[in-house]
Amino acid sequence: MSLSDLTALELGAKIKAGEVSVPEATRAALDAIEAKNAENNAFITVLNNRAMAEAEEIQKKISAGELTSPLAGVPLAIKDNICTKGVKTTCASKILGDFQPPYNATLTEKIHAIGGVVLGKLNMDEFAMGSTSETSYYGATRNPWDLSRVPGGSSGGAAAAVAARECWYAIGSDTGGSIRQPASYCGVTGIKPTYGTVSRYGLIAYASSLDQIGPLARTAEDCAAILDAIQGKDPRDGTSLDVPVGGLLSGLSGDLTGMKIGIPVDCFGDGLDGEVSQKVLAAAEVLKERGAEVEEFRLPIMEYVVPAYYIIAAAEASSNLSRFDGVKYGWRAEGYSDLTELYNKTRTEGFGTEVKRRILLGTFVLSSGYYDAYYRKALQVKAVIKEAFDRAFEKYDLLLMPVAPTTAPKLGESLSDPLKMYLSDIYTVSVNLAGLPGVSIPCGLDSKGLPVGAQLIGPALGEGKVLNAAHAYQQETDFHKLRPTQKGGAE
Amino acid sequence: MNITPELVDYVSILSRLKLEPEEKARMTGELEQIIGYMDILNQLDTTDIEPMSHTFPVKNVLREDEVVPSFPREALLAGAPVPDDEAYLVPKTVE
Repeated sequence: MSLSDLTALELGAKIKAGEVSVPEATRAALDAIEAKNAENNAFITVLNNRAMAEAEEIQKKISAGELTSPLAGVPLAIKDNICTKGVKTTCASKILGDFQPPYNATLTEKIHAIGGVVLGKLNMDEFAMGSTSETSYYGATRNPWDLSRVPGGSSGGAAAAVAARECWYAIGSDTGGSIRQPASYCGVTGIKPTYGTVSRYGLIAYASSLDQIGPLARTAEDCAAILDAIQGKDPRDGTSLDVPVGGLLSGLSGDLTGMKIGIPVDCFGDGLDGEVSQKVLAAAEVLKERGAEVEEFRLPIMEYVVPAYYIIAAAEASSNLSRFDGVKYGWRAEGYSDLTELYNKTRTEGFGTEVKRRILLGTFVLSSGYYDAYYRKALQVKAVIKEAFDRAFEKYDLLLMPVAPTTAPKLGESLSDPLKMYLSDIYTVSVNLAGLPGVSIPCGLDSKGLPVGAQLIGPALGEGKVLNAAHAYQQETDFHKLRPTQKGGAE
Repeated sequence: MNITPELVDYVSILSRLKLEPEEKARMTGELEQIIGYMDILNQLDTTDIEPMSHTFPVKNVLREDEVVPSFPREALLAGAPVPDDEAYLVPKTVE
């Protein structure tokens, strides 16, 4: 078995036992990136020398017994919207092309604290706005399972890098499905934690009330270990929750006896690909065999989730992105005669089409005369959606549904029709609106040989339940162990 | 909802964006389509429902009133497109 086939925890154990050195693992990952990045473009920045230097230092600390995390020394990569001090953080945008943050995100500090070796920064949709990772100013990322297809988005680089065995795990962010949907398209495991459990300090904001950082990895166990390391109250993020965290990994029993899982029939109707539907429902059978009780129920909100999400997300984006003005940091256009022209030219030339579309949409729904009809209405619908989930969780421990209506589309198919692309987020956005934890787990390949993902959703702070069910499923199945050849098809 | 080029002009000014004619025409059509789709929310009766900004009722998050060092000025100016030794430079704004 080669190093790249190990899970993050397996590699961590070998490092701890002295069977593999941190520099050795880091070298292997950098070699894999060198071999694959030209084809899949998962990375925007690769930190060759810096990662090797970090690896040497971390190895010393592990040998000295100073670092004891089960993930100590395991190399990873970070989405390029999370600040890394002195390392370019571009948000896949021209406007932040040379931005080197003068500080670390809390996430970055937590990764340093457990001895994670940061290999580089991952490609994504510009400002995390997109479902395909094609809106990156630095070129589209390609799906390692079929290079003519998208890896999903916006954490497409993260999912592709984990799937292509370029790192053992990755950190992404999820505003409307941006961890779960690419995890599904690339056949990896990804979880969006409960809103407020991972600090957003240093995450470049897209829609602050929905944004949440989370891991993409090979297994639910790896995700549990990563969440144990990165969750927690942070005084620098006023929305972070002061709740007990940790113990997710040690809490994975795999025992689902008596667990009640609801399947919302509204998520299995028109628009869902037949093969995806069949694979997700087959996953329910596996969970049943492990002791769960599975039942269908109605969740009659699905037609409202996409409009409510895009109104709220665009509104917050239009406000958050007003800070990019070419004055304090980032890129500035040339050829302006006054301050207004400086702003206009910098923003018009610095942002891509999808970002501009969402800024315009968000400005519209917040503008005088339209605020009540769109923005206020969407916040009311959000309350209705939250209420519908609350009622579901009175009866069920978890919900099971698809992650996306189809498997990965071809490059170029989605960008031509923005509304169609927005609609493909139907199964993921409600989880962000309600602030809930949701995991995407690989549940098979379709007839084109592309990965299908199943989504397990839990109540607020129900990460333990979500990951335990995902873990039980992965004890019974091998779909999470399939690997792409990067030429298409599984090995 | 009818989205006119004039409305797109107005929203562009508020957004500090200046669209080329071709891009404006495309955006006008796309926004009309997207916003038209959003009108589906009107099918849901939300009378008497309180708008929900945040899912969890976290309120009055305060920190201790302690003096901590500010960021070093050089570190912040180092990332500015056009700084001098102590400030961000922009075109003259007050005559």
